[in-house]
Amino acid sequence: MIVYAPPADEISGQVIAVEGLDGSGKSTQIYLLKRWLELTGHRVWFTEWNSSELVKDATKKAKKGNNLTPSTFSLIHCTDFADRFERQMLPLLRAGYLVLCDRFIYTAFARDGVRGVDHDWLRNLYSFAPQPAITFYFRTPLQIALDRILVGRPKLKFHEAGMDLDLSPDRVESFKLFQARIMDAYEEMCGEFDFEIIDGSLPVEQQQQQVRATVSERLALDSVKIEVPE
Amino acid sequence: MKSFFRPPMPGIDTGVLGGPFIVIEGADGSGRSTHIRLLKDELEKLGYAVVEIGLLHSDLVATEFANARSGTLLGPLTRGLFYATDLADQIEKAIVPALRSGMVVLADRYVYTLIARDLTRGADFDWLKGVYGFALMPDAVVYLEVSPETLARRVLARDGQMEYWESGMDLGLSRDRYLSFMRYQERIARAFGQLDDEFHFQRINGERELGVVQQELRDYVVPVVRSVVAR
Repeated sequence: MIVYAPPADEISGQVIAVEGLDGSGKSTQIYLLKRWLELTGHRVWFTEWNSSELVKDATKKAKKGNNLTPSTFSLIHCTDFADRFERQMLPLLRAGYLVLCDRFIYTAFARDGVRGVDHDWLRNLYSFAPQPAITFYFRTPLQIALDRILVGRPKLKFHEAGMDLDLSPDRVESFKLFQARIMDAYEEMCGEFDFEIIDGSLPVEQQQQQVRATVSERLALDSVKIEVPE
Repeated sequence: MKSFFRPPMPGIDTGVLGGPFIVIEGADGSGRSTHIRLLKDELEKLGYAVVEIGLLHSDLVATEFANARSGTLLGPLTRGLFYATDLADQIEKAIVPALRSGMVVLADRYVYTLIARDLTRGADFDWLKGVYGFALMPDAVVYLEVSPETLARRVLARDGQMEYWESGMDLGLSRDRYLSFMRYQERIARAFGQLDDEFHFQRINGERELGVVQQELRDYVVPVVRSVVAR
């Protein structure tokens, strides 16, 4: 543990995170969760992986120049997370917000782990992160997730396709092999962390029902309700 | 054979890193840069190829970091991790290749400065040692010891002012920059003491005359360089 963070009893907010492969449907689900919470009058904030205003230019430039090794790839993403943690998440959590995270530290554990970064080193690195109240893992069959991404014939970026792993000279083929390894990494983490598993092959609204039911059941939503003056 | 603090970086074979790796630590105003320049002269005179490495010299994050730093926007955790990213990049892109080709690497500050700065800002020692696990262990670490009073006089003589970060202004120790500088440098020195207990630095008293300090530095470093090259 590090001591930058305030004591747990000073944190009245909660983190809800979604994890899963690209194309697993997690972003749609967290968007719908956010809409529901907002429309029913709760204090809620959304943040996504790799989006710090201060850090992302450096990340973008480094990725473009293909300048990152597994170690620096890992550290620069952690820097991004740290900036969002210090300047956004922590104040929001102290102020009693529900913070919805599209991808959380488990994304780093999966991606960096697949790139050969040490398992324990990663867990120590991110030990400052708050423990989510719920982490939804969208378990989507690999082929379905791949189809969702590849159907639009996207231009896959170098790291997105895992080209740095030398799995295949073909970008689409490399992406498939890379995603398969990421999926294995997520599956392995199901034992280590308390993921709430959602079947990502179900219809969107059925998944959302499960997500909302779990949130209602596991969180005291009244405590994050916006008080309206009478 | 060289080793890492903790688990190794993926893809680096330490068995082939033949060159001597020397680190000089010391506060701003300790005479570090001058002594490194003179030491480099001596080593080159003896026929060794020398590569100088400094903090925040990697082009990976330098620009963005400089922008963010000038606006003092970063929290302590983020700033520390920016430095960690920079160091990892320099180890992989500059230090390892130089050692691999048998050159002497002279580092103008290294991981110890980064750990000391973060320690004074409340980070946990074990967490820091874990994060910096990727840092390659040097063959020798020299710590130039200079009192805060002397540092203050030297910095003012050189720059005519005290820089924001070197005065630890972000810590809110005092609004008076001189007082803040003194308190901050005392804390940094304490953090180096804690690091010394674990990593065993060669302490050299940097208060003395330049030539005397340089001679002591050479007397310590040159034999280390010789013995590493001979391995």
